[in-house]
Amino acid sequence: MDQTIRNLREQISLCERQLHALKVQLNNAEERAILEAQAKPEMSFDLSGGGQDAWQMEILGVLGHESPRKNAWPLMPQEYKRYGRQLILPEIGLNGQLRLKNTSVLIVGVGGLGCPAAAYLAGAGVGTIGLVDGDIVEESNLHRQTLHTTEKVGMSKVDSATFYLKSLNPTIKYVSHRTHLNPQNAPDIFRHYDLVLDCTDNPASRYLISDLCVLLGKTLVSASALRMEGQLLILNYPPRAPGDSSGGPCYRCVFPKPPPAETVVTCGEGGVLGPVVGVMGVLQALEAIKVIVDDSHLLSSQSETPSLLLFSAYGTPPFRSIRLRSRRPRCACCSEQPSVSLASLSSGSLDYQLFCGIANPANILNPRERVSPREYAKTLVTTRSVLDRGLPKDHVLIDVRERVQFDLCSIEGSINIPFSQINAPVRSNPSTREQSVASSSSPSTNPDQNAMEVDGKVSEGQRNELVMPWVHFIHKAALEKPIYVVCRFGNDSQVTVKKFKEAGLDLSGRRWVGDIKNGLRGWRTHVDKDFPEY
Amino acid sequence: MADTGDNVHLTVEFSGGLEMLFSNRRKHSVSLPKISPKGTPVTIDFLVKYLCDHLMKDSRKDLFIMEDNVRPGILVLINDSDWELEGEADYEIQPNDNIMFVSTLHGG
Repeated sequence: MDQTIRNLREQISLCERQLHALKVQLNNAEERAILEAQAKPEMSFDLSGGGQDAWQMEILGVLGHESPRKNAWPLMPQEYKRYGRQLILPEIGLNGQLRLKNTSVLIVGVGGLGCPAAAYLAGAGVGTIGLVDGDIVEESNLHRQTLHTTEKVGMSKVDSATFYLKSLNPTIKYVSHRTHLNPQNAPDIFRHYDLVLDCTDNPASRYLISDLCVLLGKTLVSASALRMEGQLLILNYPPRAPGDSSGGPCYRCVFPKPPPAETVVTCGEGGVLGPVVGVMGVLQALEAIKVIVDDSHLLSSQSETPSLLLFSAYGTPPFRSIRLRSRRPRCACCSEQPSVSLASLSSGSLDYQLFCGIANPANILNPRERVSPREYAKTLVTTRSVLDRGLPKDHVLIDVRERVQFDLCSIEGSINIPFSQINAPVRSNPSTREQSVASSSSPSTNPDQNAMEVDGKVSEGQRNELVMPWVHFIHKAALEKPIYVVCRFGNDSQVTVKKFKEAGLDLSGRRWVGDIKNGLRGWRTHVDKDFPEY
Repeated sequence: MADTGDNVHLTVEFSGGLEMLFSNRRKHSVSLPKISPKGTPVTIDFLVKYLCDHLMKDSRKDLFIMEDNVRPGILVLINDSDWELEGEADYEIQPNDNIMFVSTLHGG
């Protein structure tokens, strides 16, 4: 019994000694943790490894640092690591990095240009990045808008991009502006930034952004892209007050008049390749960094001669730099007597949409010359069983989209005569015309064998035709049957019907010639929901 | 084109979509008479009308010219410089000049 009691007492004593030792260790650890927590944001290098020795304090004293608790270095320890590869470039260095850190950049448009531009600027450590966009992510954006992912479809582009950028670089500040820019909201947004990137997709925004940059004294890096080409401009660099001819030109100096609205082609209409617009966005980030780190405006040759960089994926060479004019003495915005002012912006007296015009949908046919997609479908149902050599028997359907689109998808039995060919000029000289037929793609039908035969006949017929290549072809293919014209949205088809009638294809009213309303978009909505949407 | 002493040869380029109006070709060799019918040396102004009448493969002239001038939104570049630095439409064409017409892009 005594033995049992002794054993238990010894065990308790042992545990108490262990407990005491643990408490001492805990106490020491807690003290260290508090010291480290106090020192952490400023600690410039690691002196830990068990308390501060007197000799280390002495060395720090000699080096001029009062205490290791306070940061002795201009950047945080993790910033030296994160930006190390660019910090050692003479063009950047410590001063350049500090400039980047203390700069705020506004990116207007978070699409094909804005995504890569934002990623590289966030990666480079620009202190504040503002993003402006009122759009949501769509599936058709994903091939080029590299910050958005499939699961973000339907989310605001600004939110989607911020989500990505925060994981790329959580140490900088992001400001969200989930709105479309307009003359009323823009000045208050722009004021907070040092530099602006125009990553938008329409002329009205481009004029508004340029005007504001001049009025608020910001340099503007502007880019655009379409199909296989891109353009890049650095405007208002150096940023000087209106009337100061030493400032860089603005968008209005280069383009005083906006292009006619009907000549403006969007990416949705004209198409664009991801890497093409990506290259331009990356170049915007590059030029922005150059502008930010170059306080004296000396590094960049931009300050010497304003220039426009042209990129063309198939160009030889692919990049070309064009010398531009300097500020326009009578510029509406940056000259001595500008008509554009902050007051005129906020009062709404400047209407950028009106200035740039709006391309209205064509409305040139009367209701009798148009059928709805459903009405045409009924016609087709009655004739489908009697397709003759790939073509419907009692009418002709002409699809005027360009060949590449026609090859993507088309209504069965339709014949392709691209709109560009319908607009080919009338040539009176037979030899010239023959040449044009040989070099341009001849009218073609659905690419099945029967249709190809029709195609062959057509080309043969064309060689004897001296006026418009397609007139004779249609006469041959359609005889006196009604002619239906279809296009993508229902605009070009109307123009085509008008041209057909002018060419006498309505046989003085004996033959019906008309179009399908809303084109293939209407066809998909009202008739064939499986018809591809592109 | 045949090289004759009465002609001036130059390269004309189209970009930004304008090439679609000119047989989908970006680069064209063009030969103009040195002296215009008016008896003056040929200028850009003359070239623009010549291109419209002889080289354009699209009847929509308004995509290239408006009111007898190159339409707004097209930059004219003479040997890689904005034509405004060179005298605009009155610039007299020199042998082997490179004249480029660039339509501005707006997509992004």
